[in-house]
Amino acid sequence: MSTFFIIAVLVLLFVVIFQIAKASEYVAILKGEEKARKHDNKINGFLMIAFLVLGLIGVYYCHEILKGRVLSESASIEGEKVDEMLNITLAVTGIVFIITQVLLFWFAYKYQESEKRKVFFFPHNNTMEVVWTVVPAIVLSILVVIGLRNWFIFTGDAPKESLIVEVTGRQFGWIFRYPGKDNQFGKRYFRNIDPSNNNLGLVWADNKELNQKADPATFDDIVNDNTMYVIKGRPVKLIIGSRDVIHDVGLVHFRLKMDAVPGIPTTLWFTPKYTTAEMKTKTGNSNFQYEISCNQMCGNGHYSMKGIIEVLEEDEYYAWIAKQKPYYYGAFPEKDPSAAPPTPGGVPSSSPDSAASITTASVIQAGGGQNNKLK
Amino acid sequence: MSNEQIHAAPAQGASHGSHDHGHAEGGHHHHETFITKYIFSQDHKMIAKQFLVTGMAWAVLGGLMSVLFRIQLAYPDQNFPILETLLGHWAKGGKITAESYYALVTIHGTVMVFFVLTAGLSGTFSNFLIPLQVGARDMASPFMNMLSYWFFFTSAIIMLSSLFVETGPFSGGWTAYPPLSALGSTSPGSKTGMDLWLISMALFVVSQLLGGLNYIATVLNMRTKGMSMTRLPLTIWAFFFTAVLGVLSFPVLLSGFILLIFDRNFGTSFYLSDIFVNGIGALPNEGGSPILYQHLFWFLGHPEVYIIILPGMGIVSEVMSTNSRKPIFGYMAMIGSLFAIAILSFLVWAHHMFVSGLNPFLGSFFVLLTLLIAVPSAIKVFNWLTTLWRGNIRFTPGMLYSIGFVSMFISGGLTGIWLGNSALDIHLHDTYFIIAHFHLVMGVAGIFGMYAGIYHWYPKMFGRYMNNTLAYIHFWVTFAGAYLIFWPMHYEGLAGMPRRYYDYTNWESFKMFEGLNVFISIVAIIVFAVQLLFLFNFFYSMYKGRKVTSQNPWGSTTLEWTTPINPGHGNWPGEIPEVHRWAYDYGKDGKDFIAQTTPVGAGETTNH
Repeated sequence: MSTFFIIAVLVLLFVVIFQIAKASEYVAILKGEEKARKHDNKINGFLMIAFLVLGLIGVYYCHEILKGRVLSESASIEGEKVDEMLNITLAVTGIVFIITQVLLFWFAYKYQESEKRKVFFFPHNNTMEVVWTVVPAIVLSILVVIGLRNWFIFTGDAPKESLIVEVTGRQFGWIFRYPGKDNQFGKRYFRNIDPSNNNLGLVWADNKELNQKADPATFDDIVNDNTMYVIKGRPVKLIIGSRDVIHDVGLVHFRLKMDAVPGIPTTLWFTPKYTTAEMKTKTGNSNFQYEISCNQMCGNGHYSMKGIIEVLEEDEYYAWIAKQKPYYYGAFPEKDPSAAPPTPGGVPSSSPDSAASITTASVIQAGGGQNNKLK
Repeated sequence: MSNEQIHAAPAQGASHGSHDHGHAEGGHHHHETFITKYIFSQDHKMIAKQFLVTGMAWAVLGGLMSVLFRIQLAYPDQNFPILETLLGHWAKGGKITAESYYALVTIHGTVMVFFVLTAGLSGTFSNFLIPLQVGARDMASPFMNMLSYWFFFTSAIIMLSSLFVETGPFSGGWTAYPPLSALGSTSPGSKTGMDLWLISMALFVVSQLLGGLNYIATVLNMRTKGMSMTRLPLTIWAFFFTAVLGVLSFPVLLSGFILLIFDRNFGTSFYLSDIFVNGIGALPNEGGSPILYQHLFWFLGHPEVYIIILPGMGIVSEVMSTNSRKPIFGYMAMIGSLFAIAILSFLVWAHHMFVSGLNPFLGSFFVLLTLLIAVPSAIKVFNWLTTLWRGNIRFTPGMLYSIGFVSMFISGGLTGIWLGNSALDIHLHDTYFIIAHFHLVMGVAGIFGMYAGIYHWYPKMFGRYMNNTLAYIHFWVTFAGAYLIFWPMHYEGLAGMPRRYYDYTNWESFKMFEGLNVFISIVAIIVFAVQLLFLFNFFYSMYKGRKVTSQNPWGSTTLEWTTPINPGHGNWPGEIPEVHRWAYDYGKDGKDFIAQTTPVGAGETTNH
C-alpha cells in the first residue's frame, strides 16, 4: 500500500513540475520572450557561482566526515610508499582541480550575457598553447618517475630472507601452502586435485597415466584454508595462482593487490609492520582483521571470498607452524609418525575440507618446533 | 523559453536556401511510405533519431538496473516485497539475489557503454550532423547506414532476450573475462546468457563498422565546395576520429570474442589452462592464457572510452563557442589534441592490466603513455576555459550541459592521473575509486555531451523547442546529483572497498560505509527520476513544444542552420551552399557572427 502511495506522490510531483514549467513558458510569452530569456540567464549565471561555492564547501565537508573512515596508516613498509605517492598526487591534482573548477564557474558567472560587453575575438595564441602543453608534461613526468621507482620496488625481486607462501584462489575461498621443513614447494598438477584430500593437486604419488613420479618435496608441505600466517617485520613473498577462474589477492591494509590467474603464477611481496594484535589496539577495533578481498569478479560468491592474514610475532609464528601437520599425512595417515600405531576407528586424521587440522595440537615429534625455521 | 528571440532578426546565415520549404518534407521526388520514412529509412536524420530513441530506451533500462542494485547496496539486509512483484525470482522474498545482482551490474555496464554511450551518442550525432555540417545530402552509403542501425537494433533485441532465459543473463562483469565467461559450470550466467551476450556484441561490432566506415567516407569525400578539412566544425573532427578508432579497434574485440566462442563451444584452449571446477573436476584444457583475452578486450576497451568521450568533446566545443558568442580558442590545437588522444588511445590499453600478471617492465611503458594522455586532455580543458573568457555567455540548456561536461571531465580526468600510475593502481585497482573515476570522466561526461547535443540540435531535429524550465531543473539536479553520487565513492575506493560486491556487511574493512551507501543510493534514485522528466520533456515537446520560426535560432555559423526548419531527405531544397570560411567567426569585426556561407569581405583577415 505504501508503495502505491509513494508512486502516487511521485506522479503528482511530476505533474506539478510540468505545470509550473508550462506556466512559465506562457508567462515568458506574455512578458516578452527576450526579457524572460535574459531573466533566466541571470538566474543560471547566479547558480553557476552558487554551485562553485557550495561545491567547494561540499568537497571540504565530505572530506571532514569521511577522512576518518579511509584506512589509517599503511600496515606494510611498501604501502607507505603508496601513501606517500597518494599524497603527492593528491596535492598536484588537487591544485589543478581547484584552479580549473574555479576558473570554469567564475568565467561562466563573470562573462554571462550583458549588453554592455563586447566579445573579445581571440581565436588562438601560440604562447599560451605552448605553456599549457609543456607545464603539464613536466609535472606528469615527475609523477611518472616517482611512480615507476615505486613500481619497480613493488614488482621487483623479494628480499632473500622472505617467507614464502603460496596462495591459490578457488570459487570461493583461499588455500595457502607453506614449503615445510625443506623450504621447497613440491610439484603440483591440476589433474591430481581431489577435493577430499588433495586440494592443490600435489604430486605425491606415482601416476603412470599422467607420467608422474611422486615428488618428495610435497611430503612436508603444509596446507591450510582461509587464514594465512606471516611474521611481523619479515618480508613475505606470495606466489599466487588460481584453481578455476581469475581471482585477485586484494590486501587493502598493505596497499597492494595481484591477480590470481589459472595457469600463470604471479607474485607479490610486502613487509608487514604490525601484528594483528597491534592493529587491534591501533585501530581501537577489537574485531580488526587483515582481510584478503577478492578484487576480480569471480562468480556469484565473489563478495564472500574472504581470506584472513594473521600477522604474528616471530616466536608466535614458529609456535604455530610447529603445530602444523604436513598435508601429506591427511591423505596418507599411515605415513604419519605421530599417528602410529594406527588404531582402526580412532581419531580421523583427515577432514574433508582441510586435511591439515590446525585444531589438533599434536606437535610434530621429529624435528621439533624451532627446526622449522627457514634458512 | 525564448530562444527564439536570440536571433529574431533575419540572420546572415539565412541568406542561402529558400524559406518556403519549412513544412514540405523536402523537395524530393521519390515517394515515401510510412515504412520507408520511419522504419527502413535511409535518411541520415531519421536514422539518427532511431539511434537516439533506441539509445534512450536502453538508457532507461540501464539506469533502472543501477537503481535496483543500488537498493541492494544501500539496504543489504532489508526486504522490499514490491521487488518480488516486479522481478519475480530475481528478487525472491523481496531481496535481489546475488545472481541477479551480478547480472544487473553486468548488463548495466554493457548497455551503458555500448548501446547508450556508443550507439546512442556517436550513432545519433555522427549520423545527424556529419551530412548537415559538411554540406552533403546524405551519407556516402545511405543503405549501409540503414543496415548499421538494424544490426544495432537486432543486437539490442538479442541482449534484451538474454534477460529472460532460465539461467539468467550474463553476470561476469561487462569485461567478460574468461575463464569465468568461458565456462558455464563456473557461473549460471555464463551459460545461455553468455551465448546471447556474445551474439549480441558480435552484431553490435558489425553495426559499428558499417556506421564508422560510412562516417569516414562521408567526411573525407562529401564535403561541399569550399569546405576544406580545416574549415570543418570540431564536431565533425571529433566524429571522424571516433569513427577511425572504432573501425580500427572493434575488429580486435570481435576476434577476441570469436576465440571465446571457440573456447566455449568447440573445445579449444585459447584462454583456458589448468582449471579444476568445483563439482565438475579437472578440465581437459591446457596451454591457454586468460591474459590474452584481456589484451584483445582492452585493445578495443581503451579506445572505446575515447569513442565515448570524443563526440562529447566535439559537441561541447561547438555548443560552447556558439553560446559564448566567441570562437573556440585554439582550433588547430583542438584538432591536434583530438588526434593525439586518438593515437595514444591505442597505446595505453594495458593500464587496465597492471595487476593482471602482466610483465612489470611492459607495464612501465604503459604508465608513461597513459600519463601522456593527460597532456592533450589538459590542452582541451584550458582551451575551453579560454573560450569562456571574455565571451558573452548565454545559458541555454545545451550550454549548461557543456559547462557541466567540462567540470565532470576535469574531476574525473584528474583521478586518471592517479590510476594510470601503476604504483597507485596497485592499491586502487578494482575499488570504488575506479568506479568514481570512469563514471565521472566517461559516464557522466559522456551523457552530458549527449544532453548538450540533444538540447542544442533538438530544434533542428524536430522543428520545435524543448521546455526550458524543465531543462534547467533537469540540468541542475543531474549535475549536483552526479557529484553527490560519485564524489564520496573516491573515499570508499581509497579505503580499498572492492567493486562488484553484493554485500559488504561481513567485511570488517569495508562495513564502515553503510550510511554513505544509503545516501548514494537515495541520490541515485532522485537523479534517475529526473531523467524521466527529461524523457517526458523530449517526447512531449516533439508534439507540443513551441515551434521554431527562424532558420537559425542560436545564431550559429555552421551549415545545418542554412537548411529549412524541417529539412527533407536531401537536406537543402536547392543547391548545396558553398563555404567560404571556418566555422567559428563569432564576434569578429564587431559582428555577432558570420556564417560559413558568407563570402570573405574585401580586406577581411581570415583564419582558415
